[in-house]
Amino acid sequence: MPKDASSRRAFLGAGALLGTALGACRTQESAPPAEQELPSLLGEPVRRYGARSPHETAARAIRETQTPEASSSRTPLGDSYGTVTPSALHFERHHAGVPAIDPAEHKLLIHGLVERPLVFSVDDVKRLPSVSQPYFIECSGNSGGEWSPAGAPTVQLSHGLAACSEWTGVPLKMLLAEAGVQAGAKWLLAEGADACKMQRSVTLEKALDDALVAYGQNGEALRPEQGYPLRLVLPGWEGNANVKWLRRIKLTEGPQYVKDETSKYTELMEDGKAWIFTLEMDAKSVITSPSGGQTIGAQGYREISGLAWSGRGKIVRVEVSTDGGGSWAEAKLQEPVRTKAFTRFTLDWQWAGGEAVLLSRCRDETGYVQPTLAELIAERGRKSAYHCNRIKGWKVAADGSVSNAQA
Amino acid sequence: MRKLEARRRRATGELSVNCCPGRKDSGEQNRRMGRRIALWAAVPALAAGIVSAQQYGLGRSAGTDEIAAWDITIGPQGKGLPHGAGAAREGAQVYEVRCKECHGEAGAGGDQVGFVGKPEQLVGEKTVRNVGSFWPYATTLFDYTRRAMPFDRPGTLTDDQIYAVTAYILYLNGIVGEDETMDAETLPQVKMPNRGGFIRDPRRKP
Repeated sequence: MPKDASSRRAFLGAGALLGTALGACRTQESAPPAEQELPSLLGEPVRRYGARSPHETAARAIRETQTPEASSSRTPLGDSYGTVTPSALHFERHHAGVPAIDPAEHKLLIHGLVERPLVFSVDDVKRLPSVSQPYFIECSGNSGGEWSPAGAPTVQLSHGLAACSEWTGVPLKMLLAEAGVQAGAKWLLAEGADACKMQRSVTLEKALDDALVAYGQNGEALRPEQGYPLRLVLPGWEGNANVKWLRRIKLTEGPQYVKDETSKYTELMEDGKAWIFTLEMDAKSVITSPSGGQTIGAQGYREISGLAWSGRGKIVRVEVSTDGGGSWAEAKLQEPVRTKAFTRFTLDWQWAGGEAVLLSRCRDETGYVQPTLAELIAERGRKSAYHCNRIKGWKVAADGSVSNAQA
Repeated sequence: MRKLEARRRRATGELSVNCCPGRKDSGEQNRRMGRRIALWAAVPALAAGIVSAQQYGLGRSAGTDEIAAWDITIGPQGKGLPHGAGAAREGAQVYEVRCKECHGEAGAGGDQVGFVGKPEQLVGEKTVRNVGSFWPYATTLFDYTRRAMPFDRPGTLTDDQIYAVTAYILYLNGIVGEDETMDAETLPQVKMPNRGGFIRDPRRKP
C-alpha cells in the first residue's frame, strides 16, 4: 500500500487508466500485474441526497417554445431500465409554469353537489389510509408526430411524453365520501393551483373507480413539476386530465366543456366532427433498446427490450418482429405485470450483422391489439393529432446504427 | 425582448394559490370524536359504492365566501358568470393592449393561436381549429380568458374587460354585432357555429 495521499493518487490514476484500457487490451500479451487491478482509492463520503454517476447523462428533451412556461419535456425512454421512470426524468407538460407552493399553505376544496363542502390540508390527506401503485401517465399528444408516415428519429421524441411512477396517495372516493356526494352528481371538475388554474372534467364513475389524490411519487414527495404537493392521478386516462397542484374538486351534473376538453384534447375526424372526452389511452408498445439513435456493437447476442402499456388494464401479450412484420415472436413480459402501468418486454435476439427492421405490437386484457398506422387512419383519418398508438419501427443498418424505420 | 421581460416581471404574488387563509371550524373536534364510532360501520357502505359516509372526520367545513372566491368555473349554460358587461367596441381596445402582441392583429394569430375561423375549415387538407371554427361554447372563452389570460399576468383583467374582449373575438367571427353587449344573460345565449360538432368518444370500453 502507498504510504501517503499523493503517491496513492498517482497509483490510483494509473489504476484507472489501466482499468479503462483493460477491455480493449484483453487480448494483448502483456497483462498488468494482478495486484494493480484491485480498487483501493478511498471514495466519496456519505451524502444527504444522492445524485447519479457523472457518467450518466440521460436527460429530458425540452421542446423550445416562445413561452417556456407553457411547454413540454420528454422522458429519455431509450435510456430507461425496468418499468419505473425516475422522478427527475418523468416527462413534463405545463400550461403556465411550475408554481412554487408551500405545502403548509396548500388546500384542497371539495364542493358543488356534496352534502358537506370540505377543505383538506395536505396533512389531512396524508393522515388518511394510503395506497401505493405504479401507473403510467401519458400525454394524449404523445407520438403525435407518428400520425405522419415519417415519424420521429428517437424513442424519446416519438414516445417520451409517457412515464411510469409509483404514486402514493388516497383514493379520491375516500375524500368524496367524507364530503358526501349528492344524488345528482355525475361528473366533477378538477382544478390546479398553477397560474392558468388548469381544469378538466372527470366522470364520477372514474372518481369512484381508481382515481387517486397523490402526494408521493417513487417513494418521496411529488416533484414540483409533477404537481407538488397534491395531484390527481387518473390511471389510464390522458395526462392532461391528471390535474397537478390539485386545489379544487367540484361535483357537478355534467362536464364543463372547458378549453382543454373542447379546443384541445379532442380528436378531429375527416368529416369535421370531433370526438370529445377521449380520456382512455389505447394500448401501445415501443421498442426502447435498440432504438433510433443507438448503435448495436458487434454481431451476436443482443437483447431487444421495450415498454408496453394500456389505459384499459393489463398488457397480456407483446410480439416482436425483426424482419419488418414478416414474422412475429412472442416477447417475454417482466413480472409482475400491473394494470395501467408500464410493462417491460424482452426478446432474445441474435444479430447476424445484416439489416433488420424491429417492430413491436401489444395486446391488452380487453383483447385490443395495437394497430398499424394504416389501421389507425382507416378508423380516425389523419386529423386527430392525439392518441396515436401505431406500431413503431426501428431500422438496424448493416453497420449496427439504428434509425427510424419509417424515414 | 419585450415579451420575455414581461414574463420575468410578472408578479408571482398575484397567484392565488391561497386566497382563503386557513380557518378552523369550531365544530371540528366534535365531528372528529363523534365519527370515530361510525368509522367501521361505514366501511361496507363505501365498498358498495355509496359515497356519503363520513368515516375519518378529517378536513374542515368550507365557508360560503371561501367557496365563492375559488369557484370560478363557468359552465356551458353560463352558470357562474359574474356581474359586468362589455361589447366588441370596448373589447377592441382591451385586445389592442393586452392580447394583440401574441395573438396578432384582429385575432389573426401571431406567436400564439388566432381566433378567426369557420367550421368549414375543419375539413380538407389544412384544417383550422380555433374559437370561430371549433369552440362549442362562448362561455368557455370567458372562463379561459378570466382564469388564464393574459399569459404572463392572469387575473389582471376586470370582468367588464373580459366580457368586452370576449365580445370582440365573437364579433371578429361575425357571431355578434359590434355593439351587442355580452353579460351573464346574453353570453350563454350565443350559439357558436360548431356547437353541434362534437360526438362522444365512440371507442370501445373495457
